[in-house]
Amino acid sequence: MSNPFKVLYYVNQFFGQVGGEEKAGIEPFYKEEKIGPAAGFEALLEGEGTVIGTLVCGDNYFNEHNKEAFAFIMDTIKAAKPDLVVTGPAFNAGRYGMACGEIAAKVTEELGIPTLTGMYAENPGLDTCVSKVIVVSTPDSAAGMRTALPTMAKIARKLAKGEELGAPEEEGYIPQGRRLTVFSDKRGSKRAVEMLLARLNNQAFETELPMPQFDRVDPALAIKDLSKATIALVTSGGIVPFGNPDRIQSASAQKWGKYDISAAAALKGGYFTIHGGYDPVYANETPDRVAPLDVMKTLEKEGVIGKVYDYFYTTTGTGTSVGNALTFGKEIGAELKAAGVDGVILTST
Amino acid sequence: MVKEIERYGIPIVHMSTITTISQAVGANRIVPTIAIPHPVGNPSIAGPGEEALRRDLVERAVKSLGTPVEDITIFD
Repeated sequence: MSNPFKVLYYVNQFFGQVGGEEKAGIEPFYKEEKIGPAAGFEALLEGEGTVIGTLVCGDNYFNEHNKEAFAFIMDTIKAAKPDLVVTGPAFNAGRYGMACGEIAAKVTEELGIPTLTGMYAENPGLDTCVSKVIVVSTPDSAAGMRTALPTMAKIARKLAKGEELGAPEEEGYIPQGRRLTVFSDKRGSKRAVEMLLARLNNQAFETELPMPQFDRVDPALAIKDLSKATIALVTSGGIVPFGNPDRIQSASAQKWGKYDISAAAALKGGYFTIHGGYDPVYANETPDRVAPLDVMKTLEKEGVIGKVYDYFYTTTGTGTSVGNALTFGKEIGAELKAAGVDGVILTST
Repeated sequence: MVKEIERYGIPIVHMSTITTISQAVGANRIVPTIAIPHPVGNPSIAGPGEEALRRDLVERAVKSLGTPVEDITIFD
């Protein structure tokens, strides 16, 4: 092969070695260096490609100042003219996943440069890009870097050379919802009957056309008279009483808690955050900045709403599996329903 | 969590900063908020300004619960 292909890499403040949550607000910058996973990634290209530089941006900055972040990122990429842009892998980090997904999708759509990222299948960023970009399927935490990077490097080499990729399961990327024509030595009716027989015999079979999962819930009816309504406050922002009496996890929550706030005028003074996914300074100063009990109590006093429900429900959203979140929602919802709560305000960080 | 609670027929509003995530998971009533570490606050205007801001956001959330919607609706 002639010249090695040029890769531009994108990482967040953490993988960019700037810092943790306290640095999540940093503006994007670009260095003609291999920062964080970019170095290991280049080594895995075995000389076929080279990382020409790394873009770094804080997760909060990207999501809160999307336009400004994109302006810088797109200008940098246009100027650097890479052959391939790699973002992440983001594992199950939601904000990072949004950045990796949105950047990869926009670069390939607007600049026509192939892009590649990596995520855990439950990352909310997946929806932003999976139909347009190859997303390598990774484990849910950065401990999976060792398995994610080689797969990404292998696919990167194919993308850069314009080689055709194999099926998602073979190559290790997340299915894009595309249908390709493949030739089979058995006609459809025979395959269908074989599947049916396997199913009737309780044997394993694999459908050729998995149905997409559309899980939408119809909006609940509006509250007719807010001044008579009981409203509950729920948060995934990890706000708990001082000392965290129920020991709710600071990430990948296994449980939720409920606390009697019937006599409180605000959360300030009795609560703090144990959430491991954002800078806690502001929430610890005034937890009502995350779960606005103070204003809800004022609205109750003024008669705008009938009542704030006596219990406040809380858990930590960061890294929490969709499965656990479903369970928490079911359990909390059952309690609220039984208590006759009319409406819910749920805040997320 | 939002979706599972709404499945009981209780109207629920999601107050979140990254509204694209909120839409992706299927919240029907969404109020966009200020920033990830302080969704309903802004320490740079701490004091009466911040209180007014929080009140505005929460009032919007409360109103959304009293507003009929048929699909994902952002109250901004």
